[in-house]
Amino acid sequence: MKASITLRVDGEPRSLELDTRTTLLDALREHLGVTSAKKGCDHGQCGACTVLLDGRRVTTCLSLAVACDGARITTAQGLARGGKLHPLQQAFLEHDALQCGYCTPGQVCSAVGMLEEAKAGHPSYVTRGLTAPAELSDEEIRERMSGNLCRCGAYVNIVAAIRQAIGKEAAP
Amino acid sequence: MTPFAYERATDASAAVARVTGHANAAFLGGGTNLVDHMRLGVAHPDLLVDVTRLPFSNIEPLPDGRIRVGASVRNSDLAADRTIRERYPVLSQALLAGASGQLRNLATTGGNLLQRTRCAYFQDVTTPCNKRKPGTGCSAMEGHNRDHAILGASEHCVAVHPSDMAVALAALDATVVVLGRQGERRIPLTALHRLPGDAPERDTVLDRGDLITAVELPALQMAVNSAYYKVRDRASYAFALVSVAAALDVRNGQVADVRIALGGIAHKPWRALRAEAVLKGAAASDETFDRAADAELADARALRHNAFKIALVRNTLRMVLRRLTSGAPA
Repeated sequence: MKASITLRVDGEPRSLELDTRTTLLDALREHLGVTSAKKGCDHGQCGACTVLLDGRRVTTCLSLAVACDGARITTAQGLARGGKLHPLQQAFLEHDALQCGYCTPGQVCSAVGMLEEAKAGHPSYVTRGLTAPAELSDEEIRERMSGNLCRCGAYVNIVAAIRQAIGKEAAP
Repeated sequence: MTPFAYERATDASAAVARVTGHANAAFLGGGTNLVDHMRLGVAHPDLLVDVTRLPFSNIEPLPDGRIRVGASVRNSDLAADRTIRERYPVLSQALLAGASGQLRNLATTGGNLLQRTRCAYFQDVTTPCNKRKPGTGCSAMEGHNRDHAILGASEHCVAVHPSDMAVALAALDATVVVLGRQGERRIPLTALHRLPGDAPERDTVLDRGDLITAVELPALQMAVNSAYYKVRDRASYAFALVSVAAALDVRNGQVADVRIALGGIAHKPWRALRAEAVLKGAAASDETFDRAADAELADARALRHNAFKIALVRNTLRMVLRRLTSGAPA
């Protein structure tokens, strides 16, 4: 069955007609040609399809596009501003935080969302004392980024890149 | 995936009537489990009624000290809520132990309760499964059953309930508010989920069209000293092998009051009433903690690959109670 929806994708309003069975990920990739959201497992287990939906990080493979009508979506390719990479994208480059790069757009979007959560004071499972301000140690970064798998195993440099982006040079 | 119609609910009673009156309809929340099942062929509704934009997205303190959590509150928002973190740390920790940051931003309170087992056979339509297709048999009984139940299972199903949040809510004596054809009713969280018995296809006592609208937390003072501890195969982003939710009130070395629920070991969040009975009034010591675990596990039955869970429950419970006794964060 068909449905008509409108999404704002990386700043551009996009209208599309699609089958109700279409996931948000397939709507982005197959209908709109926005391929920066990657299809990994397609079951919510790898995080490669992560984007920011109304400012929050989400997987897109388990959301029906029709349920996202009116949403504002930012993918990795929409993070750059005026030809300048987002600080997290720059940090991933500088720290060689990838090998094949397939998981990278999802990692970067997830990291952007994760830092916003931390800024808002949200705790994680490894936060000692749930009410103290969250200090982003390496352990915290790893826990908060655990929804993004990297089969090349670039985790060490991913943590280093995120650490640089939050202005911390060395691991505490 | 089977074709389906999509409707966005704007009124709760109308949504209940719509799903009640349509043989193969389902409510859609965050979709993180249902959409996956539709793709796998485990579920095939032909009508989805999206309930995420109904006005159930608030966390409200009630005048008598209880807290009312709307059914569409996202897991991440509930975990981060100041009041929940301060008064019910076990609930915050359980939520944060579940899934990933991305999925917690999607998953709802009501949907979390109604997620289905991650038993590999249930999710694989090429294998027999009494929960997915009644009468076909249980593949896990003699198959790979390392993740499966040690308490309350039946000859028809040995699956476990996957939710972390529900385990914390069972320990907290939460109440589920349900809107059905006959109006609103309240169900204790511990009575929402069923043991498999001879009808493993039914996870809960809810009828078709019943919509969870809220979860209410009692004003349980002792919950300020509570914790959730999850044991799993990887450090993060995995389902529980065993988990313990506990709240403990120790006075002068004696257990004045205690609440315990176990996860990863049964078809429902397992409230450990036998363990609580052993603990109440007894000395807060390792010896008591072990006796409590033994009482709870007296009827435990291991399958071929999951006997380790019996020792794991015992050790995890002792550790959590020890930490809550000393006041250290779990």
